[in-house]
Amino acid sequence: MIKFNNVTKIYQNDTIVLQDISLDIKEGEFVSIVGKSGVGKTTIIRLILGLEMPTSGEVYLKDTNLSNADPLKIQELRRKIGCIYQDYKLLSQKTVYENVAYIMQVEGKKDEEIENEVPKILQVIGLEDKVDNFPSELSGGEQQRLAIARAFVNSPEIIIADEPTGNLDPYNTYEVISLLQKINKTGKTVVLATHDREIINKLGKRVITLENGKILRDEAEGKFII
Amino acid sequence: MPTNFKRILDFAINDFNRNKGISIAAIFVLTITILLVTGLVFFQGMAGYLTSQIKNKIDITAYFVDGTSEQDILSVKDEIMKSSPNVKNVEYVSKDQALATFNEKHKGDEVIAQALEEVGQNPFLPSLNITTNGDPLQYAAVATTLQTADFSKLIDNVDFSQKKDTIEKVYSIISNINIFGILLGIILIIVAILVVYNTIKLVIENSKEEISTMNTVGASDWFIRGPFIIQGVFYGMIAFIICFLISGIFSLILSSKFAVMMPGFSLFSYFLANWWIFVLVQLGFGVGVGAISALVVVKKHLEV
Repeated sequence: MIKFNNVTKIYQNDTIVLQDISLDIKEGEFVSIVGKSGVGKTTIIRLILGLEMPTSGEVYLKDTNLSNADPLKIQELRRKIGCIYQDYKLLSQKTVYENVAYIMQVEGKKDEEIENEVPKILQVIGLEDKVDNFPSELSGGEQQRLAIARAFVNSPEIIIADEPTGNLDPYNTYEVISLLQKINKTGKTVVLATHDREIINKLGKRVITLENGKILRDEAEGKFII
Repeated sequence: MPTNFKRILDFAINDFNRNKGISIAAIFVLTITILLVTGLVFFQGMAGYLTSQIKNKIDITAYFVDGTSEQDILSVKDEIMKSSPNVKNVEYVSKDQALATFNEKHKGDEVIAQALEEVGQNPFLPSLNITTNGDPLQYAAVATTLQTADFSKLIDNVDFSQKKDTIEKVYSIISNINIFGILLGIILIIVAILVVYNTIKLVIENSKEEISTMNTVGASDWFIRGPFIIQGVFYGMIAFIICFLISGIFSLILSSKFAVMMPGFSLFSYFLANWWIFVLVQLGFGVGVGAISALVVVKKHLEV
């Protein structure tokens, strides 16, 4: 599903973020990428999304080498990925309803389908009373739930979560992780980047530990050890 | 209407309404810059009128030997009109007309009247007044033709050499005015484009994070750019309507004042006669620069 072959990423100011990284994430896996802040977790996610290109090596997403891929192909692949971020990355000038509907509009779904699906998913995440509110009018937990609704609405094949619980209290953190586990049980691939020791230790799933831009450990049922 | 275009249009309308402050600021800046460019069109009209007036006042005169028949002079006139395409006008002035004009000009001047009386006969020669496009080279060419052609024996003299310096000076002034106008125009248009570009850039910078998110979720480039470009078109359209009305009202109110400075020139008539140029310039500049600026700015944000 996702494959890194000897990937190195060096930024323009000669900062080496990733060094000779190779990894393979299979379909239906739940993989956590852990490490200290600035170790390169977000860079790995940006490389998977084709938002950045490796300085050397190859990144494959669904057998497509992103370095050579046509921009239209990359956009099409991104539509198969649902993303959840620590800072939510919601569309601040769109309402709750429009934020979720936008993802379906991007996919080219019909208006009737959008009108049916969006209220349903907003009800599931408990935001049915806030459809006309803007993200700035929601609490942190509500914003993250909206981000999750947006990530799930198109039934993507892959869910990428970059520090999704960074700004949440323990109750909301538990809810988000539970949702990720549930979606993984339906056969979706989940990539979780975090530095939250407690979450990783409870998950009991595959853990890739990064240090100084390199893979320190890659364990099938790993723990948070740095 | 294709679904995607309808969605893009809806996004643009929503964003335009939800960011009224920014939209008004952008329209205001566009209006000012379009008015600046409109000023150039008015300037061009006034400068064109002034230079044509000056050019019309420049002429050379071919004086014919005394006793040349009117028929011969008129055949020379026809010949000049036929052989010199740059000649705008040739006016025949007979001996009697020349005397009458002279008397009219010096009416009441006893010294001159007495001098004419002492001469005892009409001292003026029949002549042709020739006007070209104002270029000294054209006048020189006509003068040479008159003095070297078959009919040169009919011509007493051509006053080109006496007027040469004046013609060259006036022509050089006109050329400088034209060059100044073009340079001023280029500078103002560049300034106007930069101002509009930077305004649109500031407007879009406000949505930088949104553009990045739209890119992340796999929206196509046109799905992201479209609403911003359409908003640029909205700004340009509204600014155009405001500018067109201001131009019409301004030219109507100031027309009489400009007529005092430039007799025979009506600012409002110029506006009415050239309204389509104003539409083209104002709409083209407003919508064109607005939309292209949006396209360029969003493109920069989308580059990986």
